[in-house]
Amino acid sequence: MNSLPRTQHIIASGLIAAVGVTVAYISFTQEPAAAYVFPRLISSVFAILAIWTFVKAVLGRTKVGKGLSGGAIKNMLPGLVILIAYAFWAAKALGFYTATTIAFFMVLTLYDPAPHNDPKTWVKRLLITAGFIAVMYGLFAMLLNVFTPREILFR
Amino acid sequence: MQFLYYLDDVFTITNFALLLLGTVGGLILGATPGLSPTMAVALLIPFTFKLEPQQGLILLGAAYTSTVAGGAVSAILLKIPGAPANIATTLDGHTMAQKGEGARALQLSFLASAVGGIFGVFLLIFLTPVLAKWALAFGPSHLFWMAILGVTVIGTLDSSSVVKGLLAGCIGLWLSTIGFDDIMGAQRFIFHDAVAGGINVIPALIGLFAIPQVIMMLTKGRTDQSAEVITVKKHPIGQAFREIIAKRTAVIIGTITGSIIGLIPGVGGQIAGLVAYDQSKKFSKESEKFGTGHSEGVIAAESANNAMVGPSLVPLLTLSIPGSPTAAVLLGGLLIHGIFPGPDLFINYPAVAWTFIDSMLIGQILMCIFGLYIAGLAASVARVPHSVMAGLVLGLAVFGSYSVQNSMGDVYVMAALGIGMYFLERFGFSAAPLVLGLILGPIAEANFIQGSMIANATVGMGTYFFSGWLNWLLILIVLASVSYSIWMEIAQRRYTAKEDIV
Repeated sequence: MNSLPRTQHIIASGLIAAVGVTVAYISFTQEPAAAYVFPRLISSVFAILAIWTFVKAVLGRTKVGKGLSGGAIKNMLPGLVILIAYAFWAAKALGFYTATTIAFFMVLTLYDPAPHNDPKTWVKRLLITAGFIAVMYGLFAMLLNVFTPREILFR
Repeated sequence: MQFLYYLDDVFTITNFALLLLGTVGGLILGATPGLSPTMAVALLIPFTFKLEPQQGLILLGAAYTSTVAGGAVSAILLKIPGAPANIATTLDGHTMAQKGEGARALQLSFLASAVGGIFGVFLLIFLTPVLAKWALAFGPSHLFWMAILGVTVIGTLDSSSVVKGLLAGCIGLWLSTIGFDDIMGAQRFIFHDAVAGGINVIPALIGLFAIPQVIMMLTKGRTDQSAEVITVKKHPIGQAFREIIAKRTAVIIGTITGSIIGLIPGVGGQIAGLVAYDQSKKFSKESEKFGTGHSEGVIAAESANNAMVGPSLVPLLTLSIPGSPTAAVLLGGLLIHGIFPGPDLFINYPAVAWTFIDSMLIGQILMCIFGLYIAGLAASVARVPHSVMAGLVLGLAVFGSYSVQNSMGDVYVMAALGIGMYFLERFGFSAAPLVLGLILGPIAEANFIQGSMIANATVGMGTYFFSGWLNWLLILIVLASVSYSIWMEIAQRRYTAKEDIV
């Protein structure tokens, strides 16, 4: 248990402590004070527990949480970049269906264990992507009538 | 006996079709490793917008019930529990399947699930009105302590660290205060336009439960994770019925254990299954056979994890305090239809409440019938590669959170909370107390402010919040759950330290 990535725990709990202290500071300094009665109560507990967790991490007494291994970070990073780009930029800029097609196909290609040099694999990936988008279009555009940003396609 | 009056509402064409859809879909989703019942229900909420409240709840309730039971399919045939609630099923279920008794194990698991589930729903039917009448006497101080109790009990019992569990609850409570304050109309903690109107519960729930699972799948990289599915041979259903009756002790132990555990907020199906398995082993005449593919192990575990579904909804429907993360998601499903559960739910919306409960009763029977026939198909779905599953869940999460109020802000909130939750989970934080904090925060704040106003005009804050037997009972439960969890954590550390020395 003590072989936990201590630095990671210090960084993580430090960030949480910083948020806790900031929330408590805002709660006790902002006006109107009446609007911050409840936030003051919870932010006090939040800040105390967050500082307690940070101190324990600094002292190397954190017992819970496996942290992140190098392999896990390496594996997740491309997917995480796709997720962030898709949710925070592409969905709005390119339109939901275009962005989803690209994001789904990229995730499928990057994480599919099938060999990249086999043409059948690519056909399969394209068919799965097309099938998924067709189902999403049917569900959200036709069944639920959700008007998503469409931008460059599906005008 | 009001539930009988609304029973025929379940059998209207639309309601019954939704019940079937939720049951079959839930069985398939439940069999898919990585798709927990909570996440499945959260992803389904956007599909209930266009439905009547009653219909939406029928769909969500059926999905909840059958995802728990469906998890047994992958536990038995793939040795991968579909949900944490099915961990105990794996112990004997998979060995039975390896011995060529997969069909028998599946039949017993669905029959036991149905018996446990039906008993659990009856408990919900008979306990809910009693507790609802009692809850009418609750004042703001009691509701405030109830909300705090909900967060602390789940924070302490659901997490492996008491401090981190409570801290996650505090983060959830803080997130619930973002946006406009109800009394003064002041803006609080608005650091981005996306949260100007506060954090919408549904996108938050989708993000907190779905995105960490997506990232978890991504961390596996390009490895082939597909497990070998054991082929199921035919087994006469009549024999399974006779075996369930013969092994009634395991069914009774599982059902009672699950029902009691279901009533305790924060103690999930995983604990119910494992405790029932352990108790059944103690009382069995063939205790030495447990772990070697013994049917009593499957029966006890499955009857327990489904028996807890009904009772886990009692605090939600009577006090508007969700006792589990899935109940919290169901609360979200109620709120989007403008229905606020609580003691007057059965007075204001009797048709919605009773039809929902009745549908869960019928759903248990449908789940058993369909479970027996589509287990093989569900196991094939469980083999869907994680690359496809990750893309699929991500797409559903983005579309689902956008469709709540056609707002990109909700997508940003969903993604930000989801990514943040993944990292928090890696450092020992749990999503359950955070979600409970987010959902119970407005209840706690509204009752705290209302109670403060009454207190200031009458007896004062200290006397108002800290007097009366009910206030003290709730405070004592909060303190007891925190103390018990601290004691368990210390005991666990001592045990681990001793093991390290050995």
